[in-house]
Amino acid sequence: MEKRIIAGALVLGIVAVFFLFSVLLIHPFGDPGQAQMDDYIITHTQNETGTQNGVTSVVFDYRGFDTLGEATILFSAVTGVLLIFRRVRH
Amino acid sequence: MTKIVKTTANILFPFTMIFGLYVIAHGHLTPGGGFQGGAIVVSGCALLLVAYGSSWVFDRIKDKRLAAFESLGAIGFITIAFLGLMFSAVFFGNFLAGSGSLFGTTPATGSTLADFNTGGVLPLMNFAVGVKVIAGLFVIVLVMAYASSTKEWG
Repeated sequence: MEKRIIAGALVLGIVAVFFLFSVLLIHPFGDPGQAQMDDYIITHTQNETGTQNGVTSVVFDYRGFDTLGEATILFSAVTGVLLIFRRVRH
Repeated sequence: MTKIVKTTANILFPFTMIFGLYVIAHGHLTPGGGFQGGAIVVSGCALLLVAYGSSWVFDRIKDKRLAAFESLGAIGFITIAFLGLMFSAVFFGNFLAGSGSLFGTTPATGSTLADFNTGGVLPLMNFAVGVKVIAGLFVIVLVMAYASSTKEWG
């Protein structure tokens, strides 16, 4: 029991140190490194996609392939649930 | 459940439906879209599930049909993506934007009033994803609730 507590504390300490370093290395809030893509989308979204909602234009048009992945995740989740609970069906 | 819960669910259910379908239909104008509106609609269905019990809902709605609707939404989504490949030479290309036909009006640059007839294929994709999310999440909630309520699954 003592060994388990010591090992847990050790792992927790290592993880805490890693998180601390990643917090220290994060770049300042509100100061993106590369803003060219943001500026392009904000400037051209109304002409190119013809919509007034920039977020939807990114989700379904500029990054549509990403949304296809999200839909695939949902599809596989439904498939898995129906597979696990298939004994319920009559 | 008790009569209080059933009455509250009866009152709240249509408003939840209308709000969720509104969020799906106006996905290209207001915050939200197919995923978010579908989740709102399914939260209304889960309310029905809590109030009336899972076997009551399970007798009325077939999970196989819901799964078929889920596949139908996925097929519609991928079909629109391939139509973009066919008409504008890019996968997920927005071939309806600026064409002047269905959803083809281009809004003026800058902050303008919302026009429903804009967005190209975005409203169609929102609709397909909405159907997919409603059917998919509802079949998950329904089957899991029914499985946890029957005796042989205790």
